[in-house]
Amino acid sequence: MTTVPAHGSPLWRRALLTREAATIALLVVVWSVATASVRGFDGPLTITYLILDITPVLLVALPMTAIVVTGEIDLSVASVVGLSSVLFGLLHQAGVPLPAAVAGAAVAGALCGVVNGVLVAYLGLPSLAVTIGTLALFRGLAVGLLGTAAVTDFPRNWTQAARATLGGTPFPSVTVLLVAAVAVFAVLLHGTAFGRNVFDMGRSKEAARFSGVATRRTLLVLFVLSGFVSALAGVYYTLRYGSARGDNATGLELQVIAAVLLGGVSIFGGRGAVHGVVAGVLMIGVLSSALRLEGVTVNLINIVIGVLLVLSVVSPRVVAAIRARRPARPPSTSLPAASPSVQ
Amino acid sequence: MRAVGAALRSREAAVALVLVLVVAGTTVLQPGFLLSAGGWRDLLLTPSLVAVLAVGQAIVVVTRNVDLSVGSVLGLCAYLTGTLFAAAPDLPVVLVVAAAVAAGAVLGLVNGVVVAFARVPALVVTLGTLYAYRGLVLTWAGSDRIDASDMPHAFLDLGVRQVLGVPVLAIVAVLVLAVAAHYLHTSRAGRQLYAIGSDPDAAVLYGLPVRRRILTAFVACGALAGLAGVMFAARYGTVSSGAGTGLELTVVGAVVVGGVAIFGGSGTVLGAATGAVLLVTINRALPVVGVPDFWQRAVVGVLIITAIVLDRVLADRRARALARARDVRNPQEVAR
Amino acid sequence: MKFSRSVAVLVAAGAALALTACGGAADDAGGGDGVTVTMLPKNLGNPYFETSTSGAEEAAGELGLALEEVGPETSTPDSQVPFINTSAQQGVAALVVSANDPRAIGDALDEARAAGTKVVTFDSDTDPEFRDIFVNQATAEGIASKQLELISEQIGGSGEIAILSASANATNQNAWIELMEAQLASDYPDIELVEIAYGDDDDQASFDKTAALLQAHPDLKGIVSPTTVGVAAAARYVSTSEFKGKVAVTGLGTPNQMREYVEDGTVTAFALWNPGDLGYLAAYAASALVDGTITGAPGETFEAGRLGEFTVGEDGVVLLGDPFVFDASNIGDFDF
Repeated sequence: MTTVPAHGSPLWRRALLTREAATIALLVVVWSVATASVRGFDGPLTITYLILDITPVLLVALPMTAIVVTGEIDLSVASVVGLSSVLFGLLHQAGVPLPAAVAGAAVAGALCGVVNGVLVAYLGLPSLAVTIGTLALFRGLAVGLLGTAAVTDFPRNWTQAARATLGGTPFPSVTVLLVAAVAVFAVLLHGTAFGRNVFDMGRSKEAARFSGVATRRTLLVLFVLSGFVSALAGVYYTLRYGSARGDNATGLELQVIAAVLLGGVSIFGGRGAVHGVVAGVLMIGVLSSALRLEGVTVNLINIVIGVLLVLSVVSPRVVAAIRARRPARPPSTSLPAASPSVQ
Repeated sequence: MRAVGAALRSREAAVALVLVLVVAGTTVLQPGFLLSAGGWRDLLLTPSLVAVLAVGQAIVVVTRNVDLSVGSVLGLCAYLTGTLFAAAPDLPVVLVVAAAVAAGAVLGLVNGVVVAFARVPALVVTLGTLYAYRGLVLTWAGSDRIDASDMPHAFLDLGVRQVLGVPVLAIVAVLVLAVAAHYLHTSRAGRQLYAIGSDPDAAVLYGLPVRRRILTAFVACGALAGLAGVMFAARYGTVSSGAGTGLELTVVGAVVVGGVAIFGGSGTVLGAATGAVLLVTINRALPVVGVPDFWQRAVVGVLIITAIVLDRVLADRRARALARARDVRNPQEVAR
Repeated sequence: MKFSRSVAVLVAAGAALALTACGGAADDAGGGDGVTVTMLPKNLGNPYFETSTSGAEEAAGELGLALEEVGPETSTPDSQVPFINTSAQQGVAALVVSANDPRAIGDALDEARAAGTKVVTFDSDTDPEFRDIFVNQATAEGIASKQLELISEQIGGSGEIAILSASANATNQNAWIELMEAQLASDYPDIELVEIAYGDDDDQASFDKTAALLQAHPDLKGIVSPTTVGVAAAARYVSTSEFKGKVAVTGLGTPNQMREYVEDGTVTAFALWNPGDLGYLAAYAASALVDGTITGAPGETFEAGRLGEFTVGEDGVVLLGDPFVFDASNIGDFDF
């Protein structure tokens, strides 16, 4: 928001003109178009299934937002979802009570986060490379432990609890968990010193370190959070679909990253907000749901998500470039922001 | 001892050594792995495809970019190959290969244009096109597929034929490797790719044609993915809309294991190709030695992580050695 | 960031356009207010289901049903669930599904049935409580014994064989394999089953798995692959290797995929039912459920067009017939 002078426009106007507001406006447009023109979209089941579908994406997107804000990335999340799903299933199969199995999966997820965090924060390795490696490793462990078999004999009351709605409303009970998680991450990121450190690190890790931010510990905490939340998403995924499989949630990381970037988080770090990401996740959910209702198969959904992802990062650049050419304005910001980099 | 040390510092040699150990170990347990006609052929043939992809990927990675869409590009071009043959069985093979390579180059060009001109991180762009290109194949192919009977025998024979005991596809891979290595190592443009990767800002200030070079790298990578698509069609004889799904992981893994730094500026295509052969050969060796192949991906993951940790440790050691050398030299200078 | 408004408008326009464009197309396909039936195969891009869907379309044409095929890219239960949910949202009259897991998709099917949708499973069943009717292609015993008969004939009644299956938790394949193991033990004492490999119904994986099987078991005399993807990949590998003519390949395949290998002598004979007839019968069963002719109770009968009359058996199972053997003498008569 650096381009808006502090004294320029009133607060309400600045709030309306943020990148997040753009995403939310877009979401409203897409939702309206879907309601008006897609048969069945206004039915009572739409909200239920929409929330059930986006739950794992939204859960994982929350810690991912914080990680991307620091300028790092975690590509291994979907594999952690798969691995925790398998561990949850195996623990259940071995006769461990389900609450303990949930705890076991969560601990395993946090440990995955420790592996990523130590390699990135303490060995200083690039998170992109590290998490491509752990993406393969964690998925390999998941598939190795269970082969292509599946654990499906979860108690009906548990699998139904994962899908049940709150008495009389279309909202599934998991909505409570989602709202709580969003609130926790919104406060953590936007209302605490920890959150300020995360943003400082995204603007400049060096500067953050010199001003006393424990950058290594912060990064480690974020990766552990990411692993932990991914594991919870894995447990949910297992119960919702009633099966623990090694290939569960393959490719989920792409949807998560697409949603985070669509939600206005800068891939270069330093900028982003939780409410934008929630809108980004909802956008992908609504689009998928509407397209499926139209009888469009999975392939077109992927094209749309892919194109949206590219558009969401390209369009600000294009608009900025056009504005930079307008003679009335001083040439925008600094140097052509380095050349493209991997991260 | 010094020779061993030097060899270990050369990543290509180290990876090749591991490769030899894997092959030797597997052959001891199961002689047919190397010593039968089929074993020898598969040893060379199976990695060829991934090696070609890895060479293309390495060209992009040295510029501090990455192309995650290669698996989808391969799928599209493999399906194009099959469709062309199905529509016109009499087309010369050369023409079809050229068409597929050109299609791959165009897809790579799209990636390159967005990366170079919109200055968007390659990771994001190619993640998007990974989705989008795969969606294109799926939309185009629907639930159709290309079967072996749709393609001419002359073409399918390329997938298995051998010249002096070396499969044709392996020869193709070696030729690609040789040309790319020569280009990167000796040409001015090739050296500039490394310069761009090691310090993008400096490259801009120095006046290098950064955009054009990055565009070239992506086009080359796309074209090679297209070529790999042709190889896929020839080798497997069946192309469905899912061809090549998930290959990007193996390819990026191969490049990293082969010593190409993910942050650009260093590494060779020879290393990347050797890394590809190593990963594929480990995949093939595991079931032969009795490890359930479900563990393959875990092994790949461990290899990637080991490779980057090793890189860091070696780099640190080198930096310390340089610092020590400076500290040793400086007192003398003072004394003088 | 004032430009975000333009961004929003730009992207919104694109997204809205995409939605409305698709809306128009799908409305045309939907065709009137007739009875709507959704066909949900295990995955798209699979020629077997391509054929079963055309059979169902033929029946839909005769019955005046509006039939729509949807499906995931990969044959996993979690990717099938959203499509079942969508059917419930749309309130379609009937859902014809080949289950990727006997239990995992049960809750979703229950919800669809609660919304008034009739559920017919075909090809691969769920637990009986989750559906109204299962249209069975052939009894598991019939399929298992037919394949053993074929392989035993082809390897001369003794020697090592291996099975190349789909995924390790595929309902059908596991049931057949279990029966084959029992029958091998009781009726074929000289045939030894040395390994069961899983190619995950993926061409490349099945192809590479065949290579691994042949290397790990040098004395292998035959491969049985009870899945159309697997048997074609196995035949393709064997036909291009030194094992051609030495290792027998048989199983369940479609004539179009296997024609090449029957003609070149790699495969002597293989079996399958007609998947087109299977889809045709499933659509008729769905229609009979919707109009109340049957409820799924044993003993009820219904007409299925050119296939004649069928009776619902125990557990709501409708049986198509016996598996059919294809060989060089009759393969020319079939095109699917």
